[in-house]
Amino acid sequence: MKHLLSVTDLDAATATALLDTSDRLRQALLGREVRKLPTLRGRTVITMFYEDSTRTRVSFEIAGKWMSADTVNVSAKGSSVSKGESLRDTSLTLSAMGADCVIVRHPASGAAHRLASWSDKDHTATGTHTSIVNAGDGTHEHPTQALLDAATLRDRLGSVAGRRIGIVGDVLHSRVARSNVFLLATLGAEVVLIAPPTLLPVGVAEWPCRVSHEIDAELPGLDAVMMLRVQAERMTGGFFPSSREYAIAYGLNDTRAAMLPEHGVVLHPGPMVRGMEIAPSVADSARAAILAQVRNGVHVRMAVLYHLLAGAPE
Amino acid sequence: MANDRRGDAGGEGTGLPDHELLSASDVTRTIARIAHQIIEKTADAEHVVLIGIPTRGTILARRLAAAVAEFGGTEPSVGTVDPTLYRDDLRRRPTRPLEDTQFPEGGVDDALVVLVDDVLMSGRTVRAALDALSEHGRPRAVQLAVLVDRGHRELPIRADYVGKNVPTSRSELILVSLTEIDGEDRVAIRRGAGE
Repeated sequence: MKHLLSVTDLDAATATALLDTSDRLRQALLGREVRKLPTLRGRTVITMFYEDSTRTRVSFEIAGKWMSADTVNVSAKGSSVSKGESLRDTSLTLSAMGADCVIVRHPASGAAHRLASWSDKDHTATGTHTSIVNAGDGTHEHPTQALLDAATLRDRLGSVAGRRIGIVGDVLHSRVARSNVFLLATLGAEVVLIAPPTLLPVGVAEWPCRVSHEIDAELPGLDAVMMLRVQAERMTGGFFPSSREYAIAYGLNDTRAAMLPEHGVVLHPGPMVRGMEIAPSVADSARAAILAQVRNGVHVRMAVLYHLLAGAPE
Repeated sequence: MANDRRGDAGGEGTGLPDHELLSASDVTRTIARIAHQIIEKTADAEHVVLIGIPTRGTILARRLAAAVAEFGGTEPSVGTVDPTLYRDDLRRRPTRPLEDTQFPEGGVDDALVVLVDDVLMSGRTVRAALDALSEHGRPRAVQLAVLVDRGHRELPIRADYVGKNVPTSRSELILVSLTEIDGEDRVAIRRGAGE
């Protein structure tokens, strides 16, 4: 594996190997005072974030540090990007400084793919070898989020294959939903998208999932439900009448949570808007695996760095 | 080294049949002998922990612990440590999958730890395992038990308990099979199949 750009590049075996590595890394660090592994000593990992983020950036940084890589953070604000430097020039500059891995988040869909193709050209020309990890590109993909969701589901449900997972809410603007649909389908789960027609993307019929507009009808049959944040910052038109009405129609409140089966798990990729897509009491209930998702995020990202950087270059 | 662990005997590819070094009963007897030696050499230790190196070292550690208990010693606790994350040759091979790491309850602080592996060759796996072990605690002492010592050491490491010393050439392969995963107990040598 040279880059991690899209979950569609992962077959079931590779995805499972990443999840297994994540479990082993958690095991290796369990009960230790010093949470540090020497595996990536001397490797440089740079996070390059053109969009705001707390958990993804911090979690990649911690993942790198726990494996002894040197981690450097670049954000668009406060870097030469604000002076007008292009994405290509910034990324080539970072490679030239010796970055072994660049983790990128960008508002444009496909940004990570562009970066990877420049990195590969640069590799042929100069011999530098920089892996690119997609940490979210526009409304396209967020592969490590889907991996950590799969890891959490595996922990809670024992397996992903054969399970029915509902993804509820703003699918249109959600790279998390897209990555999850494809990864969970690859791993053998049955995925149901539950959203108002205005919040579903064009072409959703081609995705490996079923679509429903009725949350109450679906909940009793779900092993897990993933609530998506309504991405107000990406909304330019009217997608639903009011946030109150959205909460009533699609929000996960106590009554709805009770409709899930006994073992039903509640996931949320964060950041949550409490009272909108999820009621505070549900977010804090025992069903919710939201903090487990965050914990798994670090181990999954360690696993990704391990698979990209630890072995011999391909 | 890793090749030594793949116990899928059969000799295909080389045309030569594998030569048996230890039969099933030899393996049982060897484990019993090492267990007796462990009882003798750890008599004054309060807390003995056997830590296996996956995958076959872990199985051997479990069998040794049972044998020690059977022959009248106090049954040692058993754990397993994956040295992969501490290896010095990660960059030379494709990404290795990680194995199980589990420490017994109570950890290894002030315990007498016996590391257990199937085949000892360069000593690099043991070196990595020692590093991994030291991150989990501070044992009183660490000893090493192996089923087969085939020579070719590249580091100043020696085993305290050896099932069988086998002089080998680098081109030979030691195949260790254990019932739990390979369906039979057997140690064999394959000529001219190594690197």
